[in-house]
Amino acid sequence: MVRIALITIAMVFVALFIFIPVIAVFAEALRKGVGAYFAAIANPEARAAIRLTLMTAAIAVPLNVTFGIAASWAIARFDFPGKQTLLTLIDIPFSVSPVISGMLFVLLLGVRAPLGGFLAAHGIRVIFAEPGIVLATLFVTFPLAARELIPIMQAVGSEEEEAAIVLGAGGWQMFFRVTIPNVKWGLLYGLVLCNARAMGEFGAVSVVSGHIQGHTNTMPLYVEILYNDFQFAAAFAVSSLLTMLAIATLIAKRFLERRVVPVKQAQDELAVKVAA
Amino acid sequence: MASNTKRSNVLPGFGLTLGFTLAYLGIVVLIPISTIFFKTFTLTWPQFWAAVASPRTIAAYRLSFSASIAGALVNSVFGFIVAWSLVRYEFPGKSLIDVMVDLPFALPTSVAGITLTAIYASNGWIGRYLAPLGIKVAYTPLGVAVALTFVGLPFVVRTIQPVLEDLDQEYEEAAATLGASRLQTFVLVIAPALIPALLTGFALAFARALGEYGSVVFISGNMPMHTEVVPLLIMSKLEQFDYAGATAIAVVMLTVSFLILLGVNVLQRWSSRRLTA
Amino acid sequence: MSIELRNIAKKFGDFVAVDNLNLHIETGELVALLGLSGSGKTTLLRIIAGLETPDTGEVLFHGEDASDVSVRERKVGFVFQHYALFRHMTVFENVAFGLRVIPRRARPAEAAIARRVHELLKLVQLDFLADRYPSQLSGGQRQRVALARTLAVEPKVLLLDEPFGALDAKVRQELRRWLRRLHDEIKITSVFVTHDQEEALELANRIVVMNQGRIEQIGSAEEVYHHPANAFVYNFLGNVNLFHGRIENGRVFLGDTAVELENTHAHAHPETGKAVLYVRPHLLEIVMKPNGKQTFPATVKSINPAGPQVKIELVAEWGDMVQVEIDHERYQALHLEPGANVFLRPKEQKLFVYSI
Repeated sequence: MVRIALITIAMVFVALFIFIPVIAVFAEALRKGVGAYFAAIANPEARAAIRLTLMTAAIAVPLNVTFGIAASWAIARFDFPGKQTLLTLIDIPFSVSPVISGMLFVLLLGVRAPLGGFLAAHGIRVIFAEPGIVLATLFVTFPLAARELIPIMQAVGSEEEEAAIVLGAGGWQMFFRVTIPNVKWGLLYGLVLCNARAMGEFGAVSVVSGHIQGHTNTMPLYVEILYNDFQFAAAFAVSSLLTMLAIATLIAKRFLERRVVPVKQAQDELAVKVAA
Repeated sequence: MASNTKRSNVLPGFGLTLGFTLAYLGIVVLIPISTIFFKTFTLTWPQFWAAVASPRTIAAYRLSFSASIAGALVNSVFGFIVAWSLVRYEFPGKSLIDVMVDLPFALPTSVAGITLTAIYASNGWIGRYLAPLGIKVAYTPLGVAVALTFVGLPFVVRTIQPVLEDLDQEYEEAAATLGASRLQTFVLVIAPALIPALLTGFALAFARALGEYGSVVFISGNMPMHTEVVPLLIMSKLEQFDYAGATAIAVVMLTVSFLILLGVNVLQRWSSRRLTA
Repeated sequence: MSIELRNIAKKFGDFVAVDNLNLHIETGELVALLGLSGSGKTTLLRIIAGLETPDTGEVLFHGEDASDVSVRERKVGFVFQHYALFRHMTVFENVAFGLRVIPRRARPAEAAIARRVHELLKLVQLDFLADRYPSQLSGGQRQRVALARTLAVEPKVLLLDEPFGALDAKVRQELRRWLRRLHDEIKITSVFVTHDQEEALELANRIVVMNQGRIEQIGSAEEVYHHPANAFVYNFLGNVNLFHGRIENGRVFLGDTAVELENTHAHAHPETGKAVLYVRPHLLEIVMKPNGKQTFPATVKSINPAGPQVKIELVAEWGDMVQVEIDHERYQALHLEPGANVFLRPKEQKLFVYSI
């Protein structure tokens, strides 16, 4: 009795907040028919937005994943003073509102700021242009890869790496032949999460973009413009692409979790065995 | 032996990776974050106070806090039920729900915003059934709370779920064999173990809701004094190039967020100490 | 290659892992570092390997200071406690790793690598598993793969960290004998760490008993077992009964009984002090009648006749529990029952006296 009541409540709640919105996106997108749907996506402005979104992710994701690898190596493999502080600092972007994240870069690099003014004098526009979008995206996606990689790097342990060194491997040989293969699923996991956020960020990018149509719009921004322009079906058509990306991300996440979690568990079991 | 806790010094790359980590952290996070505090110092007290304590700002704070708390509370109750069902029961569609619970993490907030608005508008899928009852959701504070519930949904579920999974059913069976009723078992055995996770989930959902912009901007209608949340207020100040005002409000928000983060850290340390003791 | 450790010390924070330690290991020896966890034995092994840098002191290989020689160039083979096999590589690739990372100029050809790997896998009797992954192997097989991988780079010294620690009892016995034979065959200077005294006694030419970062005794199995240098070593190697008593004017008192003992091995025997008497369970004899001051009374508590020896638990007159092991023949002759009052006669004992 309790069981059925609880399951029903859970299902209604999730349906209300998750499934109905997802279905609504596709229903609204196709409201004016399949032709209008594809026309909305193929529109030059839509294509420009898609291109900028892909470009932003193509810059932000590799940089933040590289950072994630470096940070997790330093933190999981070595002891140094201030490690706890470093971990806290890495988390900062998680606790900053997207609007404020974007605003930071306006304050730092806007035309009225000293640094921004200097760049503008040399013909470099950052704010209300693509570099601002990339920077804001870098900021909001900053902790994602590092946060996934640190615990995995710790769980895998350093014994195999030491073994490689004792067997005569150099630093890069050890890194590419032992470290990376051992954390590859975690790496991919961090990459997927980072990518989803990089392509989907709205608030922070909205502040720095300046809304120049067809030029500095990412897909989430373009959705807003279409919506405010009462082009609802087109707004939802572009939204449907982002929704598919979100669903693909969730599926990839689930798939990768299955491969990442056993690594951690095996290590836990080992630890228990050793302790016993 | 404790080979995992001992750090060896033969592994290469410490200087390189730590150097890169610190430099990148500085450029991408610390320098930008510091500008907001430098900017605040250039404000005079009256300027700061005028921005932070104006009636419009106060109204925005009031709405942001109350709607965020409402959303986090709803998530605590229903998120708990969802987590419980996912861990304890088998039912059709379970793994689909388990995967999709994270949707608010992955869905761009502008998409969430326009979709919720479409659903809850008075001619929308759900809004049309609520309208005859006199309940208006879109363009009211209630709509803000609905959007903030959406963005906070995964937090409570995902913080409680692993704790519930670790909480072996043996404890409940042990309590039952010792003569406890189901209610007693829940209150005395399960609830104490879950409270730290529930509080953490609540705090995370609350913090996320407080800063949320994209999913709120469409459904709220953005009427100053009525449906304007703090991030929206900051945005409109920025659009009017009132950087001083925006900075002052943002600093207050940042401080609150950091305090919540600190609270969550303390909470987690407290609960992990209690569990390992 | 011989190994010499001079004044080695290592701290982790406030914890002294190795405390000013000196040790010489001859070429071709098989040495056990024996101690409890936290005694510094693993740290010492890692220092020899170069995986850990000592705070002070030096490590000499073949008489030459190796302090500035990196791990890569030390030519040591190190077998990790959990083997540290590369989980994403097959057995073959694991063994080949050390050959594949040699700089291109000096690296053997692919055919030579394959030949060498199969040779080593034959040596450890695992050639048929070359294509398996570590997760598909049993513990004992992983151990042997780890050894083959280590030997591939032709190390001058073989270091093993708790080589049998993660295996179950039966496999451990087999592997122990196998390793002994392997060492006889290839005669490589070897050092292994263990907390299992039986393992050390059976396998090693020499045993280094460690405690709190220091060496308590170095010697052959015969020496450390029959001539322990101090109370720690005696206590650590094998079961032992401890009797707390005192010594007054050269006479040992246990409880109120003055016991005059033959065959007492005592060190620095002061006339008066606190005394601890150590007697191994099989060196106590049960008799039915007292024999002057050579015996003391006790009561039988429980009897366990399972096993090669009969284990009997008694309570001495002054309250200490006493373990005695006698053979079945003697047990039959005595007709012991729980509750029986008997007398115990130590055949050989160790007396360690502490001044008050």
